[in-house]
Amino acid sequence: MKIKKIISALSVLALAVTSLSTTAFADVEVDGGYDYDRFRGKNVTLQVYNWGEYISDGSDGSLDVIGEFEKLTGIDVEYSTFPSNEDMYSVLKSGRSQYDIIIPSDYMIGKLIEEDMLEKINFDNVPNFTKYCDKKFLNPEYDPTNEYSAPYTWGTVCILYDASRIDEEITSWASLWDEKYSGQILMFNNPRDAMAIALIRLGYSLNTTDEKELKEAADLLIEQKPLVQAYVMDEVYDKMGNSNAFIAPYYVGDSYWIMETNPDLAVCIPEEGTNLFADAMCIPKNPNLDSNNDEKRKEAQIKKEAAEMFINYMYETQVALENIEYICYSTPHTGAYALLDEEVRNDPFLYPSDEFITEKTEAYVNLPQETNRYMDQLWTEIKISGDQNKWAFPLMLVACVAISVFTIVRRFIKKRKDNM
Amino acid sequence: MKSKLAAAPYLIWMAVFTIVPLGLVFYYGLTDQDGNFSIDNLSRMGMYTNIFFRSIWLAVIATVVCLIIAYPLAFILSRMDTHKQGTMLLLVMLPMWMNFLLRTYAWMTLLETNGVINKILGFVGLGPFEMINTQGAIVLGMVYNYVPFMILPLYSVMTKIDNSVIEAAQDLGSNSRQVLMKVIIPLSKPGIMTGITMVFVPSVSTFIISRMLGGGSNMLIGDLIEQQILGTSYNLNLGASISIVLMIFIFMIMAVMNQFDDEEMEGMII
Repeated sequence: MKIKKIISALSVLALAVTSLSTTAFADVEVDGGYDYDRFRGKNVTLQVYNWGEYISDGSDGSLDVIGEFEKLTGIDVEYSTFPSNEDMYSVLKSGRSQYDIIIPSDYMIGKLIEEDMLEKINFDNVPNFTKYCDKKFLNPEYDPTNEYSAPYTWGTVCILYDASRIDEEITSWASLWDEKYSGQILMFNNPRDAMAIALIRLGYSLNTTDEKELKEAADLLIEQKPLVQAYVMDEVYDKMGNSNAFIAPYYVGDSYWIMETNPDLAVCIPEEGTNLFADAMCIPKNPNLDSNNDEKRKEAQIKKEAAEMFINYMYETQVALENIEYICYSTPHTGAYALLDEEVRNDPFLYPSDEFITEKTEAYVNLPQETNRYMDQLWTEIKISGDQNKWAFPLMLVACVAISVFTIVRRFIKKRKDNM
Repeated sequence: MKSKLAAAPYLIWMAVFTIVPLGLVFYYGLTDQDGNFSIDNLSRMGMYTNIFFRSIWLAVIATVVCLIIAYPLAFILSRMDTHKQGTMLLLVMLPMWMNFLLRTYAWMTLLETNGVINKILGFVGLGPFEMINTQGAIVLGMVYNYVPFMILPLYSVMTKIDNSVIEAAQDLGSNSRQVLMKVIIPLSKPGIMTGITMVFVPSVSTFIISRMLGGGSNMLIGDLIEQQILGTSYNLNLGASISIVLMIFIFMIMAVMNQFDDEEMEGMII
């Protein structure tokens, strides 16, 4: 979900643009009965917009998913990446670029649906979805009629901690408030994820719009602030990976990725419950689909069908398996799940029991704008709390006055000198 | 007429990419979500006094440190052989060829509690020192990233100071302190002013440095603006309002600086 390494943030621009020869045979196994060949030679290009490091790209012997798609279908793919849902949203909203496939997270999909920025997917063109998508991921809260999205991955927020320096077994979010670990705690550097943890501790819904509950959560975070070493997002890779902090909340897939570099680390899903998130493939609105110009409309229709072909391809068992092995998150694809190592399938953090998921986890939904703004305001208050210097403003005024007086006096003296 | 025509490409560029965006910032800053005139966002600025104060304060420190580091270096550079100057300038510029983000990220690894510097100090029995997530680390990041912008204008002004001017002052009995105060500093003033502007303005509005090296709790104005635009609330209006206030602050500081304007100030940028 979040970008894997800071380097990938630098490659936000186009990654894979060129496809070699369109006649080469693909190496990927696909289910029979689907015509992947129908757009070959028709000069179709798909713009795919995804999280950084969020697809199997052929490195270290993995499958080059995009390259194989181009070989298989003859469709060109222009692949680019975004570092956060909000970045993606502002790009989409500003109309800077037209994308054919995007893979945002749950609440953002809810927001896009609400703002009429997504096309309905014609699932007749995506037979693999009905065949392979795990039933428990159908009709999610963010897309209740399941017309706009096809889940790609899912996961939970967990606690990542350094077992070599923490003696006890961490089981609760309360550990992030434990004074024993003062100065060694990392915290999310975005309001939604940070507030969610406080809300869970207080026993409120992650999606509360009640200002009183939000305020209580903010107060809890202010209480925590003196113990926090730093508020981080991707920096957590560096900090936890190199043992610069003891304990941090993070997304489970990324946490596994970090654990590969530092074997001292351990993961837990707190007993109070946690946030369950999903990233899903969607097709952004293409205004040309309603165009009066026949040619443009036809082109847009072909593009949309090609996008559906892409989603179907991503739901091919081999492709889904390669992707999930590459990005370490959990898959909603039943075929790929069955082929995973037994150890992974039984991992209580990657694939928690259905019971835990229904009872103890909650997905984000899109919040009303006022709530988002209120939360942002609280977040700023949290950030500036503790170092409220009542002298700051008066001092600034004094400095301004002093500088003004100084320059005026200086001018005056100079003028007198010149006149002499 | 002809010379005006030649300026047309830039004038068009400026109109489209400077004036219009500036107008948009003011438009957003002075309206609410629905596009009605409103100063609510501006009135909320009082809440952020500390952030403004901290940003300006840290930027001032960084600018002063840059000046102290860059001034002697620029002078020494300007007195070197021409081919040596080329090499030295290259060394000054070299870090700038690397990506800004990578450079800052590298500092993170250096300054961490278990980072490179503390490990080396550990060998000689010192530390570990708490260096990252402090305001000092932010200033360090600013100085490191922006010091070339101080060196270059100083250097280009100082190469124009003729050695014979310095010699003349010495012939007339000035000691080295007087040469510095009465000849070199006055003649290099335009470079000082340009350097200060070019370091102060990006420092005061930076956000990535404070996030990476300041641990996210030392919020600066840049962080605040970024949060409005790329955060969950997508509040362009508030972001624009903060930008306006920041611009006014910078404008004020620059106006005060220009009070030091003297006849010999030609050649200064801004």
